[in-house]
Amino acid sequence: MKILLVDDSRTMRNIWKRVVSGLDDCEILEAGDGQEGLKTISENGPVDLVLLDWNMPNMDGLTMLKKVRENDKTTPVIMVTTEAEKLRIIDAIKAGANNYVVKPFTPDALKSKINETLKKASQPA
Amino acid sequence: MTEQATEKIDASLVKAFVYSTKNVLNTMVGVDVELGKPSLRHDPQPSYNVSGIVGFTGDVVGNVVISFTGETAGNIVESFCGEKMSPQSEDFSDAIGELCNMIAGNAKKEFGLNAGIGIPSVVIGAGHMIARMSDVPCVLIPCKCDVGNFAVEINIKQVACLTAEVK
Ligand SMILES: [Mg+2]
Repeated sequence: MKILLVDDSRTMRNIWKRVVSGLDDCEILEAGDGQEGLKTISENGPVDLVLLDWNMPNMDGLTMLKKVRENDKTTPVIMVTTEAEKLRIIDAIKAGANNYVVKPFTPDALKSKINETLKKASQPA
Repeated sequence: MTEQATEKIDASLVKAFVYSTKNVLNTMVGVDVELGKPSLRHDPQPSYNVSGIVGFTGDVVGNVVISFTGETAGNIVESFCGEKMSPQSEDFSDAIGELCNMIAGNAKKEFGLNAGIGIPSVVIGAGHMIARMSDVPCVLIPCKCDVGNFAVEINIKQVACLTAEVK
């Protein structure tokens, strides 16, 4: 399984990495902002899961999500954000996010969101 | 320099930061934060040597500085990242910045206004100064926890939402 981690903070990517490295057979790709994230997808082909930060320089997470969804409606995307107001979350869901995690979170909370999201995505609609 | 603050700081903005600081430190660093008595800060120098600075835009403008002693910052980074780091390393400021980003983001949720948060910056070194707005007071909240002392320095104000519907 290929997982793309997009966050401007290397600390956060390391925390996520510790969580997802517990998943089976997992290849981790990393990007530091939305632009890099898009580039990583176009260079490496489709991934199985994207963890996407909201607040990033150059291109934020919501913009990247919208660009991804222009030609890929299915790859599960989890927004990881401190931007916890309802309106923002609705924006992200409308733009095609499958799930969201609010920072700060515990590793267990992230793990269960990831499992929940992958499970839902693998079920026929 | 001695220009009088002409506006009062909104207590709900301060409360939002208090709540958020406790919550973030508790979840990410695993410490209980004890808060001291808030006071007004009049000089541009932050309380300690390591500053995580977050700027606000939109309905709330100004900045909030989380000011740590070098030792506190080191301890926080260590439990946040799971390893000891030198203050010179890029990951050190990255971790402090992300922690401040979380505190600001959660506070913003608490005060429920349409505010934008900037990408946090981190300054390390004795004697640095922070540019603050002079028309609102800067509220300083001293904080104590198992890993050391730090302070939250809040210099923000709510601005009239003249453009609320234009978006
Ligand atoms: Mg970020």
